[in-house]
Amino acid sequence: MILKFNKSKSNQDVELKVKSRLPDIIFKNVTLIFAFIIIFLVLWIIYELYKDAEPSRDRFGWSFIFNEEWEPLKEKYGALTFIYGTVVSSIIALLISLPVSLGVAIFLSEIAHRYIKTTFSFLIEILAAIPSIIYGFWGIFVFATFMRNTVQPFLQSTLGFLPFFKGTNYGYGMLTAGIILAIMITPIITAISRDVLKVIPQSQREAAYALGATRWEAIKMALLNAKSGILGAVVLGLGRAIGETMAVTMVIGNRAQIKASILEPAYTMASVIANEFAEASGSLHISALIEVGLILFIVTFIINSFARLLIFSATRKYDVK
Amino acid sequence: MELNSITYSKARLRRRKFVNALMLSLCVVSALITIIPLIYIFFYTTGAGLSSLNLDFFTELPKPVGEEGGGMANAIVGTLILIGIGSVIGIPIGIMSGIYVAEYSKQLFANIIKFLTDVLTGIPSIIIGIFVYGIIVLPMKKFSALAGGVALGILMIPTITRITEEMFKLVPMSLREASLALGVSRWRTTVSIVLRTALSGIITGILLAIARAAGETAPLLFTAFGNSFWSSSLDEPISSIPVQIFNYAISPYEQWHNKAWAGAFILILLVFVINLIVRIITRQKYENTV
Repeated sequence: MILKFNKSKSNQDVELKVKSRLPDIIFKNVTLIFAFIIIFLVLWIIYELYKDAEPSRDRFGWSFIFNEEWEPLKEKYGALTFIYGTVVSSIIALLISLPVSLGVAIFLSEIAHRYIKTTFSFLIEILAAIPSIIYGFWGIFVFATFMRNTVQPFLQSTLGFLPFFKGTNYGYGMLTAGIILAIMITPIITAISRDVLKVIPQSQREAAYALGATRWEAIKMALLNAKSGILGAVVLGLGRAIGETMAVTMVIGNRAQIKASILEPAYTMASVIANEFAEASGSLHISALIEVGLILFIVTFIINSFARLLIFSATRKYDVK
Repeated sequence: MELNSITYSKARLRRRKFVNALMLSLCVVSALITIIPLIYIFFYTTGAGLSSLNLDFFTELPKPVGEEGGGMANAIVGTLILIGIGSVIGIPIGIMSGIYVAEYSKQLFANIIKFLTDVLTGIPSIIIGIFVYGIIVLPMKKFSALAGGVALGILMIPTITRITEEMFKLVPMSLREASLALGVSRWRTTVSIVLRTALSGIITGILLAIARAAGETAPLLFTAFGNSFWSSSLDEPISSIPVQIFNYAISPYEQWHNKAWAGAFILILLVFVINLIVRIITRQKYENTV
């Protein structure tokens, strides 16, 4: 509009106008290029993992996933023990973390006073921000000792007849890793569950109170309405647990075996990459480790996408105000 | 009959009240359980770290086992260099892509970028390490500070993109309109008005990204690798605090464990201080706007 108006007046004004528009176009397209870098980066990561895993994929095919054997000296590689270790340690973490995180989320969104809430949220944020290496270090010197001397002897003396609690008590193992993971994913599950609970309209709780519900019954109503969002939070926590590397590597014992007992040492996908990559014995070994990474990537990708979808749909339902 | 139903409902009410009290106290208990590890880790690390922290720790190179003294000076500088390289990569990509999504893009494209930043956040950091190993370490045929920095930079991108986008959305449309009405061009409006308004929020995002990157260990294991000495250029392996903690922690020597505790204390302190700063900045912001 302005451009047209100026044109009829004088040519100089048009020049000026066009000049000031050119930087706009440049700026917009520069930011566009940076946005494309993100798309390009994700695609590049996928391509690089897929390509570098090729020797291993060609050699072992699908049997890579179902084979227990991991012997660099014989050039035989199968990822089953690592997949098992990752899955079981993450499930232990979820089972422990889920009730606790839900409790904290309810505490934060429904019970706590405003001041307690802010302080507490801050503490939870710090808990999430502590580097994984510190959890691992603390795990080795404090927590594993505690597990070896106190928790695991207790478990063995009371529930020792179950296959899950048999075996030697090292202190390092699946259970120790699972609990450390639980500590690490609790802040994530808590934060998202709290946010999901927040978007459930207050009127629903008030309606429950009006019908004579107790506070817990009203909270239960809110929980029921928030369930898909909470499921999303849990799945997101699962994704984090699966990819967690350092803390797990330091306390799980790093022994490639599949045992029923959760007190026994195990090995996870991320841990084997962390331990063996820098000192890999040959290109096939590297490639096998990268294929482990590829599997890890695909699993976390699917899990995270699913989680985001759940959280997105759960919060959107009430977002329209 | 009537009496029956009254006693029944009384019993029921008692049960409901009991369940109510039980569940609510369980929630409080779980909140307490959650912060126990935090407090334990914080005080244990502080205690163990402070007792082995001295001036040498910041000025000396690591000493071999058996020799007294020595520090982590090279690891501290190494972490700073790695974060520096990471910031050079992560901050511009993060901010610029965030600007595009917030100011120019259509909804579909914005959703794609949002999804991809979620994907990037969700990728285990060790996989970023593998990626950088493939694109930098292999072609250069050696571990390097550059590779480690790039890995940290990639990890910083999604946090900064998201925070930029969100902070830009908080800037009122009327500010942009006022600027445009004064004849300021679109890009100058974006840079001098919107970016400036959103800057404190974006800085908190950058700080959080840096805090996270500073503690990352897994992606550095086979990119920056580690070094017991000073590294003189960016294409050499470089030491960093987290990797040094890891190497010391899994060693059998108590002297090294003590050094690792000191390093862990520095990291925790960094995380705590950055989070505190972020809290203060955001609180001020809230007070200003409300």
